[in-house]
Amino acid sequence: MNKKEYSRYAEKRAKKSRLPLDCFNAFWVGGIICTIGQILKKFYLMLGASEENVKMLVPISLIFAAVLLSGMGIFDKIAKLAGAGTLVPITGFANAVVSPALDTKAEGWVLGVGAKIFTISGPVILYGILSGAVYGIIYWMVH
Amino acid sequence: MRKEVIKFKNPPSIISSASVVGRREHEGPFGNKFDIYDEKDSFGMPTWEQSEGEMQRQALNLALSKASLKPCDIDAIFAGDLINQCTSSSYGLLDFDIPYFGLYGACSTCAESLLLSAMAVSSGSFEHCAAVTSSHNCSAERQFRFPLEYGSQRTPTSQWTATASGAFIVSSEGKGPHIVEAMGGISTDMGIKDANNMGAAMAPAAISTLSRYFTATDTKPTDYDKIITGDLGFEGYGIVIDIMGKQGYDMRPVYTDCGLVIYDRQAQDMHAGGSGCGCSAALMASHFLDEIRKGIINDVLFIGTGALLSQMSVQQGLSIPGVAHLVRIKGEL
Repeated sequence: MNKKEYSRYAEKRAKKSRLPLDCFNAFWVGGIICTIGQILKKFYLMLGASEENVKMLVPISLIFAAVLLSGMGIFDKIAKLAGAGTLVPITGFANAVVSPALDTKAEGWVLGVGAKIFTISGPVILYGILSGAVYGIIYWMVH
Repeated sequence: MRKEVIKFKNPPSIISSASVVGRREHEGPFGNKFDIYDEKDSFGMPTWEQSEGEMQRQALNLALSKASLKPCDIDAIFAGDLINQCTSSSYGLLDFDIPYFGLYGACSTCAESLLLSAMAVSSGSFEHCAAVTSSHNCSAERQFRFPLEYGSQRTPTSQWTATASGAFIVSSEGKGPHIVEAMGGISTDMGIKDANNMGAAMAPAAISTLSRYFTATDTKPTDYDKIITGDLGFEGYGIVIDIMGKQGYDMRPVYTDCGLVIYDRQAQDMHAGGSGCGCSAALMASHFLDEIRKGIINDVLFIGTGALLSQMSVQQGLSIPGVAHLVRIKGEL
């Protein structure tokens, strides 16, 4: 058996992820997170916050909840079940920032937390800004 | 021609062994066989890397007291772990004041340290050697994968790095179990690039060592009471049975794998099973050596299998080589 044949053989026999079940769990957990967001929106509007401020308050609340749950060691247990359900909403991004920060405390505030806080979210930030700039140039040229 | 199998003229004796594990390993099927465990996995230390060092310290301490030896009686330590530059071993064993050799063989380290200790003792260079190995789930996750609290899903072929350590005292004199033969593994790369399928990456190395050994000694699997690999997990175990079977060696009656059995894979949700060099070290130091001492099994092949990857090699798209070292352990000579 050569390398190519072996890789194919190993891939073929490897147990695959249960995609329909994973999608289902991602759907309902993600749905609950979005519903909580919607409830929070209604709640803040009811308290008399302006539409503009509510757009800030809802993400801040969800980020705070995700960060708190990460610190308490609960978030990763939910994510293990939900997968993309917790990853795609803003909660996943919050967890991606706070988990390296929690992890690298032992290496100090500068070389640990400071240098490594964006190891997972860094690419999202970099390419998010880059694609924003490219879109901005296209928008400017079209108009 | 290369000398394939080392046959020890004066087979060294493993006069004592000790195992230290974390919570999940204690909750597994062999939980009550391990000597020491810590519910919190931290062993009272502030960082996971230091916790791992502390596990090695406790394992060696206990192995020494079981053998009624003092650190000054030990001529050398062969020790290793998974952390960069093997710092868990070097820091954990610092206080013993014993000449120290650091090893990196990934999950093959336990077999590698036993092999080198046996060679050093059998040659007459040393009288007593210590072979110590550890891995810690939290320190390994941090180094090789994601931060501990990062929420992600693991693939079905992924293995869980065991929080475990094993220490062995290998001596020129003793009642056994004896290390009678050994064989160094050849690094084998069969093109697997998926770091979440290390069983498939390491299996070719185990197959290479096993077939070299059976050819050189003109034996077959059923000539031994047990053949133990560590740690191929469910995937690698299946591949070894399949490919060795095609080569005419039926492994099934005598074959087991430490990664496959250390956890209850279904109940503990461990996917393909355990990995990490502490997994086979702790199981060998407890359950399997106990079975040999009690005479339940007598003639055992132990093959430590390591995946020689780093985070950088994976990121650079390189495939994962494996290595598998073999030691043959006998209760009665």
